[in-house]
Amino acid sequence: MIEEPEIDILLNDLLEEHGYDFTHYARASLKRRINRLMALDKFPSFAELRYRVKSDATYIKRFVEELTVNVTEMFRDPLFYKTLREDVLPTLAAKPFIRIWHAGCSTGEEVFSMAILLQETNLFHKSILYATDLNPDVLEKARKGIFSLAPMKQYSENYMLSGGKNDFSSYYTAQYGHVKFKEELVKKMVFSTHNLVSDRSFNEFDLILCRNVLIYFDKALQERVLNLFDDSLGSLAYLALGAKETLKFSSLQSRFKQISREKIWRKIG
Amino acid sequence: MAKNRVIDSCQMLMIGGSTGSIEVLLQLLPALKTPLPFALVLVIHRKNTADSTLVNLLALKTDIPLQEVDDKDAILPGTIYLAPADYHLLIEQDKTFSLDDSEKINYSRPSIDVTFESAADVYGPSLVGILLSGANTDGTAGLNAIKNAGGVTVVQKPETAQVPFMPQQAIEGAPIDWVLDVKEMEGFINDE
Ligand SMILES: C[S@@+](CC[C@H](N)C(=O)[O-])C[C@H]1O[C@@H](n2cnc3c(N)ncnc32)[C@H](O)[C@@H]1O
Repeated sequence: MIEEPEIDILLNDLLEEHGYDFTHYARASLKRRINRLMALDKFPSFAELRYRVKSDATYIKRFVEELTVNVTEMFRDPLFYKTLREDVLPTLAAKPFIRIWHAGCSTGEEVFSMAILLQETNLFHKSILYATDLNPDVLEKARKGIFSLAPMKQYSENYMLSGGKNDFSSYYTAQYGHVKFKEELVKKMVFSTHNLVSDRSFNEFDLILCRNVLIYFDKALQERVLNLFDDSLGSLAYLALGAKETLKFSSLQSRFKQISREKIWRKIG
Repeated sequence: MAKNRVIDSCQMLMIGGSTGSIEVLLQLLPALKTPLPFALVLVIHRKNTADSTLVNLLALKTDIPLQEVDDKDAILPGTIYLAPADYHLLIEQDKTFSLDDSEKINYSRPSIDVTFESAADVYGPSLVGILLSGANTDGTAGLNAIKNAGGVTVVQKPETAQVPFMPQQAIEGAPIDWVLDVKEMEGFINDE
C-alpha cells in the first residue's frame, strides 16, 4: 500500500518530468487508483513503480490512463436527460446555432445521447457538439461510434425513461457483438484533447456538460474549472454536472440558478 | 451490556449492509440517542437507481439530520450520511467526503470495503465499523483495514441476520471485537 508522502513524490515526478499535473486530484480516489495499478502491473514496491514512471516514457501513457476513471453510459441518469429534453433544449430552439461542450466526455456515450436528443427535438442540424477529454484514446473510441452490444438493453431502457419515443435500436446497426451508431450523428461532433487542469477556454457555449469529472478533483481545482466554464458560457447558458456534484462550494453559486432537481444550472448574472 | 469506552473515543461510526440490512436500520435508527456524538455513515447496497426513496424512508425514522452525500460535503458529528447509489464513497484527510465512479468492487458500487478502508486511513482508532446482513463478501476486507488501523469492528450476529452470509464471512475473515444482535447494537451505540 502506497503512503501519502510517496504519492506526493510520484505526482511531483509526473509533473516535473512529463508535464501531467495530478496534484489537485482528490487524494482518496487517486490513492486507490495507484494501489490498484501497482497490483495490476505487479510492482513489488513503490521504488520500482517510481523508477518505471521516471524512466519508461511508454509506461506513462498507461499510468495516466489507469489513474483516470472512464466509466460512462448512455442516457446515464435518465431523468437528467428528460430535463434536458423537456426544459433545456426548447429554450435554445430560437438560437441560430447551438454550441454544446462535453468536458471529460470519455468514450462518447454522453455525446451520442445528446446527439439523439437533438435529433428528436429537431435541433440537430444547427448544433455542434465539442467533445473533449484528457485522454486521446477514449476520444479515438468515441469518434468511431462503435460500442459494445451488451449494455444496449440497459441503454434502451434509459433512453425510454428519458422520454425517448423511438426504437432505440434504430440509431445503430449491430455487428459481431458491437453496435455502430449512425454516421450522421458523428457529423456534428468535434473531438479534441483538452486538459481541464491546464488548458483554457476555447469558445462560448450555450450548454456545457461536465459530468462525473469534478468528483476526481479537489475543491481548489474544482473552483478553477468552474471558473473556466463560467468564462465559456454566454448569458442564460446552462451548466450541467453529475448527479452528486454541486455548485454549493463555489463562488459561481450566486450567479447560477439551479433549474430543477437535476444538476443543471442557468447563468443568470 | 457493560459500559464500553469504545464509543467514547469514536469520531465516526460506519454501518455497512446488503440484503436484509434496511430492516435493521429501520429498527436501529429510531433507538439512537440524540445528539449523536459522532458522524454516522451508512453504506448500503441497492439498485443503481438514483431515486431518493431510501433516504426519505430512513429520514422518517430519526430526528437526527440525515442526508445523502454530495461530493465534498463536510463530515460533521451528530449527522447521518447515506452513501449515494452508483458511486463509491471515500473519505479525505481533511474530513470531507469525495466520490468515485470507478469499477464495482464485490459487484457493488458503493462498496463497503472501499468506504471502510478509506475511513480507516483517516480515522484510525476513532473509527467503529459495523457489518450487517447480506449475501455478499463485501465488508470483510474493510473490517480488516479498520482493525489494522486500531479501530473497532462489530458484526451482526449471523443467526439474527436475514441473510447470514456476509456477517459470517466477516467473522471467519477478520478480527471482530463484538458480535451483536440489533438490540445489543442499540446499547452499544448509545453507550449504555
Ligand atoms: C468518469 S468519466 C465521465 C464520463 C461522462 N462525462 C459521464 O458522466 O458518463 C471521467 C472522464 O474525465 C476525464 N478527465 C479526467 N481528468 C481530466 C482533465 N484534467 N481534463 C479533461 N478530462 C479529464 C477522464 O479521462 C474520463 O474520461
